Amino acid sequence: MAQTQSGAEGLLSLPALLHRNATQFANSPAYREKEFGIWQCWSWAEAEKEIEALALGMINLGVNKGDFIAVIGRNRPTLYWSMVAAQSVGAIPVPLYQDANAEEMAYVLSHCGARFVVVTDQEQVDKVIEVQDQLHQFEHLIYLDPRGLRKYDHSQLHQYSHVQDQGRAARDEFMPELEARRGELDYDSTCVMLYTSGTTGKPKGVVLSNRNVIESAKNACEFDNLRLDDEILAYLPMAWVGDFIFSIGQAYWTGFCVNCPESAETMMTDLREIGPSYYFAPPRVFETQLTNVMIRMEDAGKLKQRMFHHFMDHAKKVGPDILDGKPVGFMDRMKYTLGDLLVYGPLKDTLGFGKVRVGYTAGEAIGPEIFEFYRSLGINLKQLYGQTEATVFITVQPDGEVRADTVGIPAPDVEIKIADNGEIFYRSPGTFVEYYKNPESTADTKDPEGWVATGDAGFFEETSGHLRIIDRAKDVGKMVDGGMFAPKFVENKLKFYPDILEAVLFGNGKDRCVAFINIDLTAVGNWAERNNIAYASYQELAGHPKVLASIGEHVSAVNKSVAEDSMLSGCQVHRFVVLHKELDADDGEMTRTRKVRRRIVEEKFADIIAALYDGSEEISTTTEVTYEDGRKGAISATLSIGDADVVPVAVQKVAAE
Amino acid sequence: MKDMQDGYTTADGRKIGGVVMEMKNITLRFGGVVAIKDISFDIREGEIRAIIGPNGAGKSSMLNVISGFYVPSEGEVWYRGEKRPQLSPYKVAQQGIARTFQNIALFEGMSVLDNVMTGRLGHMKSGLFAQALWKGKAEAEEVVNREVAEKVIDFLEIQHIRKTPVGRLPYGLKKRVELARALAAEPKLLLLDEPMAGMNVEEKEDMSRFILDVNDEFGTTIALIEHDMGVVMDLSDRVVVMDYGKKIGDGTPDEVRNNQQVIDAYLGVSND
Repeated sequence: MAQTQSGAEGLLSLPALLHRNATQFANSPAYREKEFGIWQCWSWAEAEKEIEALALGMINLGVNKGDFIAVIGRNRPTLYWSMVAAQSVGAIPVPLYQDANAEEMAYVLSHCGARFVVVTDQEQVDKVIEVQDQLHQFEHLIYLDPRGLRKYDHSQLHQYSHVQDQGRAARDEFMPELEARRGELDYDSTCVMLYTSGTTGKPKGVVLSNRNVIESAKNACEFDNLRLDDEILAYLPMAWVGDFIFSIGQAYWTGFCVNCPESAETMMTDLREIGPSYYFAPPRVFETQLTNVMIRMEDAGKLKQRMFHHFMDHAKKVGPDILDGKPVGFMDRMKYTLGDLLVYGPLKDTLGFGKVRVGYTAGEAIGPEIFEFYRSLGINLKQLYGQTEATVFITVQPDGEVRADTVGIPAPDVEIKIADNGEIFYRSPGTFVEYYKNPESTADTKDPEGWVATGDAGFFEETSGHLRIIDRAKDVGKMVDGGMFAPKFVENKLKFYPDILEAVLFGNGKDRCVAFINIDLTAVGNWAERNNIAYASYQELAGHPKVLASIGEHVSAVNKSVAEDSMLSGCQVHRFVVLHKELDADDGEMTRTRKVRRRIVEEKFADIIAALYDGSEEISTTTEVTYEDGRKGAISATLSIGDADVVPVAVQKVAAE
Repeated sequence: MKDMQDGYTTADGRKIGGVVMEMKNITLRFGGVVAIKDISFDIREGEIRAIIGPNGAGKSSMLNVISGFYVPSEGEVWYRGEKRPQLSPYKVAQQGIARTFQNIALFEGMSVLDNVMTGRLGHMKSGLFAQALWKGKAEAEEVVNREVAEKVIDFLEIQHIRKTPVGRLPYGLKKRVELARALAAEPKLLLLDEPMAGMNVEEKEDMSRFILDVNDEFGTTIALIEHDMGVVMDLSDRVVVMDYGKKIGDGTPDEVRNNQQVIDAYLGVSND
């Protein structure tokens, strides 16, 4: 560790890396943003000047060392500069989710005691002003887009460009101060504070040091051979740790270019225009794109359709192997090359993946078929497993060892151990410093030796040495016969069917498992339309016998695949019910990030669960619902219960671990 | 009613300037039908001026008189201190007046960007030949025009449909494109003919926002016709109320709202 103590090549902070880039890669593009229909570009040298002007302006406004500066808005170079400018003056940037409502914003802003807030436009300004009475430390707001703000009281409001102008004007006066503050930054000073989305309780402020960010970025860049000429598209929320690492940490380490889309709506067009070589997206994005491709192929001519399916079948057969560098027959290779010319190449181009060298997905499980589709096209899509607390990287899949059901091997410099209950612990240079103003939670999560509890349960596959995540550790339980109960494992398998939106498995402490299913209204509605099935409501469609039958088939198929897993074969779904309402965040059944709150669902629908276990054919129930405007109502329904085929498992052979 | 010579200050602190356009005793006849009967009012620099009234009150006719499309049978139109002679539409456009239409009038087969660019026509000075060859002045001009068009596209948040043919767009967006085309002309006076007609609540809110922003950001004087009373009252600084071709009210939204004649007209009390 002696070497890292002194910092990687003596570069101890992001402002220091910025200066290196501005010197070494002065004319390489650092940022691009599409504005007024054209990609505007800033080189590293220009970016440094912009950031310096803003930093001087911040000193001019009275930013002190150790102040928190909140940054709110969509991905824009100016906001990335604000974060680095904040670091340059010894302040701590705190990016917030731009779609957070005013109360959520108030909590975070008052928790960190932000004195300054940098925002994009009027919408965000309004939110901050709405809650500013609750913010005792808040003093100044800097905005980018003056539109609609002319009439606002400007005693606390400052336009971004004016702050920069004032900084430039006072350059001589404040430059020594800025240099002194930049010089004080070391490997242990705080780089950024990121709030976790908080599935349980209030969001927690994760403090990451320069060491965390730079070491993690450096390791990951080396792992994937990222280079100066790589391109990324910055479109994921700036408050998310991934964006901070990709668009700032790794970009500053290697000097590659960060491209910001024109607006959220133009993301797909901009993606195509940029053609990133390093790309990240949650599974949902890949899923939507695949669906779009399939729908558009339906509308294509017969010849195109046949060509598409013919070559896609071939790609499925040999594509992943070619990508992994495994031996593939000469004729198959030739055919794949032809397919690349006719189908794969143009398709990748349309999707904007023509140049992707390294692609990642993470956050939740990705459907194996979706994953294989992209890989068979020759896109090097991989999975990683990470957390805010780990500065993203815990495990990653190396090139050539990519599978849909594992999350890879420990990332460089990351140590992992599995506790007796299956929970995964890690220790790495990226391990977070602390939760801000929350020593209890810090102590609960991180032990004195630096091991951090992930809260996830998993195991290393003996054959490959890859980590497999089973579920959240607190959700993993035991069946009566001692077999392991891991609901997420089965639920994910169910959710990979397009017509199943959500599934909840029960069975902890019982002798067999049962499940709740939510249908996907878009997919099932589409199917109903094509099959001339009329329906008036979600409830009616969900209760349709044909829907039940097809869901039943899916459940049976999932059981078959679950039975093949020696550890979890006991989790097969014996009986299931298709719920009459969608699980909803407004009813508290889910979090805002669409994660099921098991306990609440279990309590709320206790009568249905009881019916699933007592063998009844159907159950009448009434459920309270909350409408978007806060009014409450009730819906009642009689749900029929489906039985699924279960594969008999010889003996529950898993011994208690 | 406010009639200070040098303008006034609105409740939200905007400065309204002097009179830009004055309609003096306008009467408009189509054969025996009298569409507008002896109406006088003015439009001041920087204000949002609304013309409202029930169906068939003569609102659109009035707007067409303002835009120069109709020539009044009697009365005078004064624009920027001068009596306006009979003008062809392109001359009106050159005077800095742009408009949108109640029934959208866009080039359906052209992209949004091209449609917006047509709004720049009045600003193109180079000859047909130079433009066809796209050389010299024409090229430089196009760059400037494209820049203005792009700023408008950015302002109205229609970047995502820049290259989409207008014919494929939903109604609400077409309305916005039409506004974009009018704005691309960088008008001093913008005429909007029922900008919210046929829109849902959300689209109306968006459109209101844009109208306010245009006025605020570019200082554009806006005259609009609208059916939706709620929208008009929120948006405008002063309102002219018409009924059966006559002016029955003129003043701030509050004054108009409490005007008995206006109430009668809107509630349908018999009127002779």
